[in-house]
Amino acid sequence: MKYAYFPGCSLSGTAREYDRSTRTVARVLGLELEDIPDWSCCGATSAHATSKLLSLALPARSLARADQMGLDVVAPCAACFNRLRTTVHAVRSDRRVRQQVQEVLGEDYGARSQVYALPDVIVNRYGLEGITARLKKTLGGMKVACYYGCLLVRPSAVMEFDDPEDPQTLDRLVRALGGEPVVWPAKTECCGASLSITRTRVVWQLAAQILTAAQKAGAEAIVVACPFCQSNLDMRQVQAQKWSGRRWNIPVYYFTQLLGVALGLPPSELGLDSHFVDPLGVLRQKALV
Amino acid sequence: MTKAVLDLAVGMEPGFLREVEEEAGTRVSLCYQCGKCAASCPVSFVMDLEPYQVIRLVQLGARDEVLRCRTIWLCASCTACTERCPREVDVAATMDALRALAGRYGYRPAEGPIAVFHELFLDNVRATGRLHELGLMARYKLRSGDLFSDLDVGLPMMRHGKLAPLPHRIRGIDQVRALFARVRAVEVARAGGATPGQEAPGDRAPSAADRKGGEVR
Ligand code: SF4
Ligand code: SF4
Repeated sequence: MKYAYFPGCSLSGTAREYDRSTRTVARVLGLELEDIPDWSCCGATSAHATSKLLSLALPARSLARADQMGLDVVAPCAACFNRLRTTVHAVRSDRRVRQQVQEVLGEDYGARSQVYALPDVIVNRYGLEGITARLKKTLGGMKVACYYGCLLVRPSAVMEFDDPEDPQTLDRLVRALGGEPVVWPAKTECCGASLSITRTRVVWQLAAQILTAAQKAGAEAIVVACPFCQSNLDMRQVQAQKWSGRRWNIPVYYFTQLLGVALGLPPSELGLDSHFVDPLGVLRQKALV
Repeated sequence: MTKAVLDLAVGMEPGFLREVEEEAGTRVSLCYQCGKCAASCPVSFVMDLEPYQVIRLVQLGARDEVLRCRTIWLCASCTACTERCPREVDVAATMDALRALAGRYGYRPAEGPIAVFHELFLDNVRATGRLHELGLMARYKLRSGDLFSDLDVGLPMMRHGKLAPLPHRIRGIDQVRALFARVRAVEVARAGGATPGQEAPGDRAPSAADRKGGEVR
């Protein structure tokens, strides 16, 4: 199985460990990821917040390269996935949009390659059977809150990834790894990522609600598939704690990190040394590291 | 925050509804004011107008009221409203469209720092083709004058190597810059249809008032 890989800007900075664990896990699973050559930023919220045309043209530049590679694209970052997939959808479904995007891009772009989210590729396309056959360890009943956030699942008519209110992809993976996904109500609530720098307190409040919901459901850990979800729940957990007076201390893993642990990979290869809330305590308790 | 009371006697510009529907690609006129969008909205608690109020004002053609509100800038683009609207109004796309129109008509963003952030983000991408998080953060802090918040997370991030010190310039940077320029040209041409004398989006450097307007709360 081979995909064109769109790492996205965060994966060389704040989400380095997501990139690291993704590449490591893919290697072990025999999933080939070939970087899109000279890819550029998808424009994220700032592009679509200000210009629809820019928000389609920026991803189109990288997607045109994937078309040339003849491969479908996988995007680990939920925000990139959302922008890239939106572009494919818009260009495929509207001739006028397609023309205009090609004009500003200065090249032919036919939206031939489709875009998939990383959990979709690993869990639904690569498949759980291939994964369970390679497992070295089990999560030992670890109670995990699977947090999908908004960008992976909405709008569902375009993302076509999973149920927008009660997605199951990460839950099925956690179960296959020997963990216990908790039932909780905040799976697809928004963490306020786009306001993280400008309206930090809004994010503290949203993070507090999500963390409290996870805690009430008895979660020992949260698992995510988005750099913004990770940083808002992990990095800002301490701030949200000070601000709200509540205490949580819940480690927040990229799903590729937990998968990597179960595949027997050492924490150092999964970037488990760069989290704010201690990620190793729970893993030690379950004799996973 | 106290919510604005919706004044239904506001100035009507019937053409505005059509303009927004065109820009957003959705039928705002279908909304029957059930309020589900507001009930789904995670940030309505900081908004001055609830999402359904924005929609109603667009239906009424209350251009000025809508383009001056905070809500369009505070919308986090989570699309919960769009997903759940029983009338299939794409509320999130409407918010996008209203921000774009606010720029086109030369409105000063009611949430200055948010608009500045978007502008700096895109400048950063235009410079190198990829976002350099540390560079964006530093520039935003200088522009907003808010130098010291978030140091409690910024410093450990540096220690963990989570903020790449140097930007990466892509080889095809000229293509990216040309793309920005062509988008700009298309939008300036489109803004030709806007009220005469108004500036096109991005033509105007944010004023000192923009930068001050709306401290981080
Ligand atoms: S959910 Fe849809 S129909 Fe209901 S108020 Fe909002 S926009 Fe109108
Ligand atoms: S997209 Fe914006 S308006 Fe709609 S629910 Fe999310 S934050 Fe609220």
